[in-house]
Amino acid sequence: MTRWLPSPLASATLIAIWLLLNQSVSPGQLLLGALFGFVGPLLLRRLDVPPPRMRRPGAVLRLAGLVIVDIVRSNINVARLILRPEGRRPGFVPIPLKLRAPLGLATLACVITAAPGTAWVSYDPGDGTVVIHVLNIGEDEDWAAIIKGRYEGLLMEIFE
Amino acid sequence: MNGLQTLPAWAEILVAILVVLGSGLALIGSIGLVRFRSFYERVHAPTLGSTLGTASILLASIAFFSLTRTRPFVHELLIGLFVTVTTPVTLLMLVQATIYRDRLEGRDPLARREDES
Repeated sequence: MTRWLPSPLASATLIAIWLLLNQSVSPGQLLLGALFGFVGPLLLRRLDVPPPRMRRPGAVLRLAGLVIVDIVRSNINVARLILRPEGRRPGFVPIPLKLRAPLGLATLACVITAAPGTAWVSYDPGDGTVVIHVLNIGEDEDWAAIIKGRYEGLLMEIFE
Repeated sequence: MNGLQTLPAWAEILVAILVVLGSGLALIGSIGLVRFRSFYERVHAPTLGSTLGTASILLASIAFFSLTRTRPFVHELLIGLFVTVTTPVTLLMLVQATIYRDRLEGRDPLARREDES
């Protein structure tokens, strides 16, 4: 935004987290939190990270709900696979993505890696293809369609 | 453990179930770490503990400390936030390092391979 406060959203988040962490709004903690809120985004700018921009809070909520449901489901699936590993077929799956926003891709990488059973392996910025590793590909499940259908649209809505 | 005496039985059972569920998931994840043979498979195992496992333990903690009114449950939310944000980043870094090493050693796992990693 400005030179000294490049990302008010990030600053506010840092201050809020600091105060929650210390569970106090005493002047000292406020001052410390403000210091972190001020310095943090400046450091972030040096890293060339695009300032966080959230559009469509509705889509953010829908994505969060979807991710929670998927993580619970894949926890159960992977727990079953660990206890009974017969017939498991792991493998790499390439997925061509239309999503190009760096923050959107970062979010997708975290979601895919955090969910048990899938992990982000590599991304080719040239043609936008991401390769994920899947613990059990299954018989005829189209992982590319699943990932694209469930997350890509929402992420593009939020970040592009 | 102050406040434990004042906790009603149903709350004790709820907290106990959540704690056992969370630690059970962490245990299953650790078993997976031992059982899986390739690195790319092992990446999936600890996420059990870091997602639903952590969530169950945190819910148990929230339930316990809210019902005994010993302190607010803000810290659990923050722990959840930090774990959710940092674990995938760590795993991503590990995978990148492994891919890099595999490629240096001339066995790119992505070069034309469908199964068997």
